[in-house]
Amino acid sequence: MSKFGRFLAASVLAGACATSAMAENSFDYAFQGSLKGLDPYTLRETFTLGILTNVYEGLIKRGPNLEILPGLATSWEVIEPTRWRFHLRKGVKFHNGNDFTAEDVVFSAERLNSEGSDMKGRVPVDATFEIVDDHTVDVILASPNPILHYEWELWSIIDKDWAEANDSMRVTSASDTAETTISLKANGTGPFKISEHTSGVSTKFEANENWWNWDNREFNIDTVNFTSISADATRVAALLSGELDMVYPVPTQDIKRIDASSTLSALTGPELRTIFLGMDQRRDELLNSSITGKNPFKDIRVRQAFYHAIDAEAISARIMRKQATPSAVMVSPFLLDNADQFERLAYDPEKAKALLAEAGYPEGFEIRIDCPNDRYVNDESICQAVAAMMAKVGVKVNVNAQPKAQFFAKILASGGYETSFYLLGWTPGSLDSHNIFANLYGCRDDAGKGGQFNIGGYCNPEVDALAKEILVENDAAKRLDLVTQAYRIVTDEVGYLPLHQQGLAWGVSNDVSVAQRADNVLRFEHITKN
Amino acid sequence: MLAFIIKRFVQSIVVMLVVGLIAFVMFRFVGDPVDQMVGLETSIEDRERLRETLGLNAPLPMQYWNFISSAAMGDFGTSYQFKRPVADMLGDRLPATLELALVSAIFALCAGIPMGVFTALYKDSVLTKLFQAISLVGISLPTFLIGILLIYVFSVQLQKLPSFGRGEVVDIAGWSTGLLTVSGLKALILPAITLGLFQMTLIMRLVRSEMMEILRSDFIKFARARGLTPRAVHFGHALKNTMIPVITITGLQLGSIIAFAIITETVFQWPGIGLMFLQAVQDVDVPIMAAYLLMIAFLFVFINLIVDILYVVVDPRIRIEKA
Repeated sequence: MSKFGRFLAASVLAGACATSAMAENSFDYAFQGSLKGLDPYTLRETFTLGILTNVYEGLIKRGPNLEILPGLATSWEVIEPTRWRFHLRKGVKFHNGNDFTAEDVVFSAERLNSEGSDMKGRVPVDATFEIVDDHTVDVILASPNPILHYEWELWSIIDKDWAEANDSMRVTSASDTAETTISLKANGTGPFKISEHTSGVSTKFEANENWWNWDNREFNIDTVNFTSISADATRVAALLSGELDMVYPVPTQDIKRIDASSTLSALTGPELRTIFLGMDQRRDELLNSSITGKNPFKDIRVRQAFYHAIDAEAISARIMRKQATPSAVMVSPFLLDNADQFERLAYDPEKAKALLAEAGYPEGFEIRIDCPNDRYVNDESICQAVAAMMAKVGVKVNVNAQPKAQFFAKILASGGYETSFYLLGWTPGSLDSHNIFANLYGCRDDAGKGGQFNIGGYCNPEVDALAKEILVENDAAKRLDLVTQAYRIVTDEVGYLPLHQQGLAWGVSNDVSVAQRADNVLRFEHITKN
Repeated sequence: MLAFIIKRFVQSIVVMLVVGLIAFVMFRFVGDPVDQMVGLETSIEDRERLRETLGLNAPLPMQYWNFISSAAMGDFGTSYQFKRPVADMLGDRLPATLELALVSAIFALCAGIPMGVFTALYKDSVLTKLFQAISLVGISLPTFLIGILLIYVFSVQLQKLPSFGRGEVVDIAGWSTGLLTVSGLKALILPAITLGLFQMTLIMRLVRSEMMEILRSDFIKFARARGLTPRAVHFGHALKNTMIPVITITGLQLGSIIAFAIITETVFQWPGIGLMFLQAVQDVDVPIMAAYLLMIAFLFVFINLIVDILYVVVDPRIRIEKA
């Protein structure tokens, strides 16, 4: 007993002398995923790039509502349709004290498109950069590109001299077998510096007093501690226990619990990601289906029938617990000015049955849906709901839910597009519709040449032609018109079956105020803490 | 004797090779590593180039041979996700797991033995009933549930102990330890109890049944008849004799504490090798998965080898049979 008693006493004592005070102005938060390397060109993934924009900066910046703001470039103009001029900010210094100049921009552009970079194309590969003077850069394009700078917030500008001195000229490629300085240390121009980084575990940031906008800063925090917590229950518990100031994402079922707490609130809003169902319109015979010798999805009436049979409102209300907005078009209304022109086909099971009968399937048929179970919010439940709704019109849908690693290995080009009916989510990386026409609606061959993520193989040359025009149209009004035309065609043809815009959910302590961006990026410069 | 050890040693190597092979075959079904290494928008050509550089296009027996031959020389390759040598990463993360395993083993012993003794001596006490209820919980509730319950009570409700991480750590000659800081010790309590509860239950039950058996034996009756104090009888004679199986079990269980720390580490976001392995599975980081599995296999094989050898040393009957 004595040993046990002593142990008990010790643990009580340890518990009693607990509560060590945290630094008052430190912001501690956790995210589901982890930060692996610090080289901003190694992985094109929103979380990694987003967290690094607190340290590195791009030529442009996006505000809390994703509006484009001046970043390291104070202004820019299109001198000729294919020549852009960027005026760079003066007096900007990198964390190591080096000056930011045009040379760094040119170097970063070259590095971005070099071997091993995962960011290729964020600056058009055929664009050339010309230094006009130390703080002016011209970009010469092969063809006009109105959205040239759209993705440049997440294109981090790297100091050329520092990269040279630290053997980091080359991009830390995904196939690298040795650590490089730039994957362990960061030297940007941003409002925060990385003071400690443990790959995959935690990262500490401290405010950069030499930041060019220090005097007008919004934030009042001195340090930021980021921890990766992958288990949902632990992440929520860490917030509830007051150890952290913020966690995200919050599982939909925990939102109420957080809101119920007097010291916390759940910050919710629509994300840019569209969740949709894809249908195989390319194969002559569907995979895992009871119909042999033909492909029902090639018939527009079958696609319409599926559309009419699925109640997206119910999915948003029940499965997503109102943390989603049904969508009529394959892009977030945030990114399309006239999205309200589009309407979903009405939920109408009777009509769905009639359409199926008309198409020659009065008894319905059987098909398998491939679905991830750890990628999107409630992904597997959505597929099950779809199966239940389809059953009402006589189509038997078998749900095959898998972890994302297996799911993507199978359904993407590398797996030979092994699916005939699937659930996927898409955020256009450029925050522009062209990305959607190119990646999701562009005609492709069996190897994936063309619309690489057009897994269902929808193809309409007219849409492809429009996409080409959209790419080079500099006039905003004309461009919107072309975009609308293209969406009209693909929506009428039911190329995909959009379900909803997934919701964002951040759990935040009432002591802090943060700006929630629809792309799920957290910028430290908007954080204030009481 | 030497022949026996050599034979066991050869058997151990075969076991390791088989584990490596099974692991390698399994990896084909975990998913495509390349999809996890690049962004969704990366082109097919770039993906293919990456696959080629990583040697993923080589035939499976070739990949297996490459892995085994370099692993034999202590080179486990480079993590796909972190671009760091896996051996270094295991080295960085191992202290966290070993400290957790050690503390929970100590907890299991320090709590399990007294509880076992107590329940054997005072069969009808209320405390005995309580201990037995605890042991039932320990043996029947899954680890992750216990962890979440502890977090709910001590972190969320009482707000006394941290719910995740290791707290502050101190680096001593490459070994990061949480044992020297207050926050580090506090962070250890919940995970150590979670991980050690099952072992504690096991030890308590073992001590109890051994103790009850020994208390009935002749030499205890004789000791009592000689008028020795109960304290001397219980602790000096009875407990001492129950210790042999306890030590054996504890030694063997240490291996499984390390191996099964995966769940506890995930619940508490404990940055040890178990958490690293689980994340590697999600990311299809084959080099980390392979190295971890081999390491755990080695641990078990090594412990068993030692135990086998000790048996031969201790028990002459085994030696005679072999001869």
